[in-house]
Amino acid sequence: MTEEKFQKRIDREEKIEPKDWMPEGYRKHLIRQISQHAHSEIIGMQPEGNWISRAPSLRAKMILLAKVQDEAGHGLYLYSACETLGVSRQELVSQLHSGKAKYSSIFNYPTLSWADMGAIGWLVDGAAIVNQVSLQRTSFGPYSRGMVKICKEESFHQRQGYEIMAQMAQGTSEQKAMAQDALNRFWWPSIMMFGPNDSDSPRTGNAMKWKIKRKTNDELRQEFIDKTVNQAEIIGLTIPDKDLKWNDERQHYDFGEMDWDEFWSVVNGNGPCNKQRLNHHKKAHDDGQWVREAAKSYSQKKELIAN
Amino acid sequence: MSENRTVWEVFIQSKNGLAHKHVGNVHAEDKIMALENARELYTRRNEGSCIWVVKSKDIISSESEDGEAFFDPSNDKMYRHPTFYTMPEGSKYI
Amino acid sequence: MNNELLTYTLRIADNSLILGQRMSEWCSKGPTLEEDIALSNISLDLFGQANGFYSYASQLDGNKSPDDLAFLRNEREFFNQQIVELENIDFGNTIVRNFLYDSYNFLFYSSLKNSKDDTLSALASKSLKEVKYHLRHSKNWLIRLGDGTEFSKEKVQKSLESIWQYTHDMFSMDEIDNKMYRLNIGVNNSNLKVEWDRIINETLIEAKLVRPKDGYNAKGGKNGMHTEHLGFLLAEMQFLQRAYPNAKW
Repeated sequence: MTEEKFQKRIDREEKIEPKDWMPEGYRKHLIRQISQHAHSEIIGMQPEGNWISRAPSLRAKMILLAKVQDEAGHGLYLYSACETLGVSRQELVSQLHSGKAKYSSIFNYPTLSWADMGAIGWLVDGAAIVNQVSLQRTSFGPYSRGMVKICKEESFHQRQGYEIMAQMAQGTSEQKAMAQDALNRFWWPSIMMFGPNDSDSPRTGNAMKWKIKRKTNDELRQEFIDKTVNQAEIIGLTIPDKDLKWNDERQHYDFGEMDWDEFWSVVNGNGPCNKQRLNHHKKAHDDGQWVREAAKSYSQKKELIAN
Repeated sequence: MSENRTVWEVFIQSKNGLAHKHVGNVHAEDKIMALENARELYTRRNEGSCIWVVKSKDIISSESEDGEAFFDPSNDKMYRHPTFYTMPEGSKYI
Repeated sequence: MNNELLTYTLRIADNSLILGQRMSEWCSKGPTLEEDIALSNISLDLFGQANGFYSYASQLDGNKSPDDLAFLRNEREFFNQQIVELENIDFGNTIVRNFLYDSYNFLFYSSLKNSKDDTLSALASKSLKEVKYHLRHSKNWLIRLGDGTEFSKEKVQKSLESIWQYTHDMFSMDEIDNKMYRLNIGVNNSNLKVEWDRIINETLIEAKLVRPKDGYNAKGGKNGMHTEHLGFLLAEMQFLQRAYPNAKW
């Protein structure tokens, strides 16, 4: 099969399956994108995991734990999709540990109060969902099916976050201050989750042509902002952007310029929690080694007996 | 990292009476662990009544290059489909 | 009688909550991603059980909400067994602690299911299904680790030796237990011992581990006597409720 034939399949909206012929660039792009997505789910467990032991009610505790557990599950769905492309999970994890593979920078920010659980669910999951909904139509079959499952399961994540924010915004003055502070800290990192502006995003061209991505960074970002402004107003919180204004002509909100120096600095390892997050993951992995070895040795013994 | 764990494909029967459907994979060292891991990962929302796991390496798949030889020949055997046949006007329950 | 039933119910609720809290500490730290999910599932089951028993306790109390009971009592007012508050330390230690406790808990709920108290009986039936699975999980892992590598065997044998002293109190009977048992509401813990011994002995043989000798008996959890670990666990768990007493969450 040629690249031309492949492109025709893409243009006809056919799904590409793992055993189908695909250009090397397509495979590489998928591995990079899906594994980055998987790593984000896994590292993303930590900032919220930080508050499970301190959740303020039995209900909140169960919801938060279930949500973080879902993230582990979603990481697994994605690793599983990525493995169909011929790369093992072990390999992907070692790329994460060596710094070769990235994850979403948002998780390099610390969670400093209970309101951050609200902000993460509402904004971070909200932004992720906008992206993931569009990825349900991605051209690679296993990725698309994974996204469908993830979107279905994540529908409660954003709601639980918004519920926390709403509750705190209407609570005591201390709670309201915590909620506003969380919004202030998470707003800009959240809208930067969509990545650099289209004009500075060199790989977008191919990803759109191959229908791996279905919408550009800027389109998705605008969609998220348009959705979120009203939600903030309803609960009486202020989005920390002086330039945020409805533009009647565009039928979209205009918004201020993001601090790209900060963005790239965090991407390149200088965020407040980059080292901490990776070390946490490595430590869990190292601590678990003797367990994995024991399980392997046990199963080998059993197989010997069986044969 | 030299540790490679066994990959298992997971099939879930969502309700008694339905067929098992492929949902993804899990890693596990033995079959008990594979079943348990599949249960934890793929039935968190009460989605299943039965689980199959099978080692990925034991699955034999047709190749996409063989697609034409495998599947096109059945294209023209329309007589296998009930709509191929003409029934007398007014006949029921058939 | 209401007071005694309340205490009896709180003991069960506290066991579930404290072990659930310990298990939730594993989140994002599991030896594999699959196991991480399994440990969280167990924790979620336990929190659900705690919630059920606290709701009943709250009804019996007539004053405090389930969350008040969980988040506003002090160390000496918690009635869980000491074994559930022990620190996780590592995966093997967690498995040993849970296996010893799950075996008991399975038998306990199997018996409480027949309680004359309808609420306790219903809660026990629901919990039993979950605890059956917990036991299956900890038992299978104990066998893997005991019969795994030399290193893993030695490690879990050590955990077994150090946790053993906390198992005896599971079978003790105090005045409240006796009264609840006489009224056909509660369980006769001492009757569970024979069956527990059988499960433990069989599993240890399969896991190629050695049953520790009985020695010191660490007791008193059900009367509010605890290890030093519980205070820290509560300080962390109750922080928000204590720091912002007027806030609703």
